[in-house]
Amino acid sequence: MATGARTRTKTTKGGARAAERSVILTGVCGRLGRLLLRQLHREGRVVGIDRRDFPDAPPDLVHYRLDIRRKACRDVFRREPAQAVVHLGVMHDPRISAETRHTWNVEGFGRVLEYVAAMRIPKLVLLSSAAVYGARPDNAQFLLEDAPLLASGRVSDIRDLVELDMLAQTFFWRAAECETVILRPSFIVGEVHNEIYSYFRLPITPRLLGFDPMMQFVHEADVVQALRQALRPGVRGIYNIGGPGVLPLSRVIARVGRPAAPVPHVLARGLLDRLWRLGFTDFPGREIDYLRYVCMVDDRRARRELGYAPAKSLDETVAAIREAFGD
Amino acid sequence: MPAPRRRPSPPRKPRSPRSRLGGDVSLAPLEPPPTAPVVRAPSAQFLHGRGGAVGRVTRELAHRFRTAIDSEFDRQYERILAELGPGDFDPFGFDLGYARYAVHFAAALYRRWFRCKVRGLENVPPGRALLVANHSGQLPIDGMMIATALILDHQPPRLVRSMIEKWAATLPVVSTFFARCGQVVGIPENCRILLEREELILVFPEGARGISKTIDRAYQLEEFGAGFVRLALENRAPIVPVAVVGAEEQYPSVLNLRALADVIGAPAVPISPLFLLGPLGLLPLPTRYHITFGRPIVLGGEGDEDDEQVAEHVRVVRSAIQDLLRRTLDERKSIFG
Repeated sequence: MATGARTRTKTTKGGARAAERSVILTGVCGRLGRLLLRQLHREGRVVGIDRRDFPDAPPDLVHYRLDIRRKACRDVFRREPAQAVVHLGVMHDPRISAETRHTWNVEGFGRVLEYVAAMRIPKLVLLSSAAVYGARPDNAQFLLEDAPLLASGRVSDIRDLVELDMLAQTFFWRAAECETVILRPSFIVGEVHNEIYSYFRLPITPRLLGFDPMMQFVHEADVVQALRQALRPGVRGIYNIGGPGVLPLSRVIARVGRPAAPVPHVLARGLLDRLWRLGFTDFPGREIDYLRYVCMVDDRRARRELGYAPAKSLDETVAAIREAFGD
Repeated sequence: MPAPRRRPSPPRKPRSPRSRLGGDVSLAPLEPPPTAPVVRAPSAQFLHGRGGAVGRVTRELAHRFRTAIDSEFDRQYERILAELGPGDFDPFGFDLGYARYAVHFAAALYRRWFRCKVRGLENVPPGRALLVANHSGQLPIDGMMIATALILDHQPPRLVRSMIEKWAATLPVVSTFFARCGQVVGIPENCRILLEREELILVFPEGARGISKTIDRAYQLEEFGAGFVRLALENRAPIVPVAVVGAEEQYPSVLNLRALADVIGAPAVPISPLFLLGPLGLLPLPTRYHITFGRPIVLGGEGDEDDEQVAEHVRVVRSAIQDLLRRTLDERKSIFG
């Protein structure tokens, strides 16, 4: 693998020649990929890799319609002298079988790591999630970056993400010269189609009877800002991205404005799972722990070292949930 | 808050003056407000009361619970609100607006049901501190009474954040209720944040072992966990030993069904002979609470000491509490008086 690195990596890290070197975005066709692209493509060359088509791509985007696991992908990395790789290509679709998704995610990211190491790309950014810590009754109210990632114990859907996160952590020592950054944002709201979007899209929002955990949300625009800050040379490590504030779930539901139905937690899992299997919702019942216990993060490190500060207020962030539905 | 409801009542007998900390109506050090109705001793009411129907008694009790506490409570609570602002939720889910009702109820229990006698409140230092208390009484009413003492009788009123069992966080309703009233799951990270904010933390190092003791082991302290000492050292917070006497007898438990507790995942399942009385047996006995705050203990160290040194500190605090308990028990004449 190391042979591919011969000529391309003579350039210095970041710095003077950064302008002509590109940023590789995996999963560029997703919502966050597009938002980040919109900001980056004005400043330099951006290379996108995604299985999906990108019909309205800006003309200066070099888009490769590729499965990240394909061999052709290595050629892209070899051809493009990249200054950074931002891995957004994590498949979340709960409709795809867990096995396929797991192979795709872990294998795909494994390849990315391999190429980054081989081509000596100086920066790798992974967008993980605060959900990897898991929602548990004995969680600290605000989890620090060194808290164990315990989500996979109960929620199999997040297992992929936990595994990617761990893989990226091994990269801190496996490729010490590469500045690896792992961002763990709380629930991202906006037009991103994720679990929280599916949850609030239900015609009646289920709540767990007698539980009302405090929650954090972060606006997609703020996540994009954090990604950009992570791309700055010199930045490395794990950063929690909390958001502008905390609110109890019940308040958020009230502000979104859909009717809510409290469901006893012993029934909720089965009920939601059934709805999910029948295709009524994309919110899998397995994730109800996040409606029961706190899973919030302490983002002081990101604020201190990245200069991260959410531009959207708490009100704007919560309002973004409703706006995403267009009503 | 509803205004104190006054009923026309028969002429009142003059009340004998009570000691400063004698509970009941002499709400030292506050002057009784001019509008506060004077309430007669319960015995007089039951002997001379008209009617006698259960409904009437209940109404009377509810009335007694509310009156004379309202104005005092409101005044103290307004002071808290004035200091902290009406605000919304704090990051731990504390909601002062919601908690107001709970604290008001607790204030009624504090003055009327358990008639708390509090000593040594001046030992609670301003700023961060750890209150370390013995735990007893099957239900954590002792924590509630300590917190109420600091709201009603401490000048200025102070909010206490108590550290709760993580098991409580898995319970519906209870978990939310606790969070809204400012309780926090007892994890070092949470304590650290609160201490940094110069808050007052209440810890029961005996944990579930202490609260679920049977009556034959009343006032014998269980083993203490050592986490609180490390917390105090790391955050340079003084430790205030607190002894609660009276809570042990509120639910005299003779048996703890450990096997059943394991099955349902609860820390304990106490059995009290009073359960034979039916629903009435679920009420705690109106024992008198004696809450004593000891002199603050300032430990020297950084928090990274080895276990033996920490264990030594734990022993110091434990014996301070045992001492306070012994002295209070010696002075106590009856569990109700």
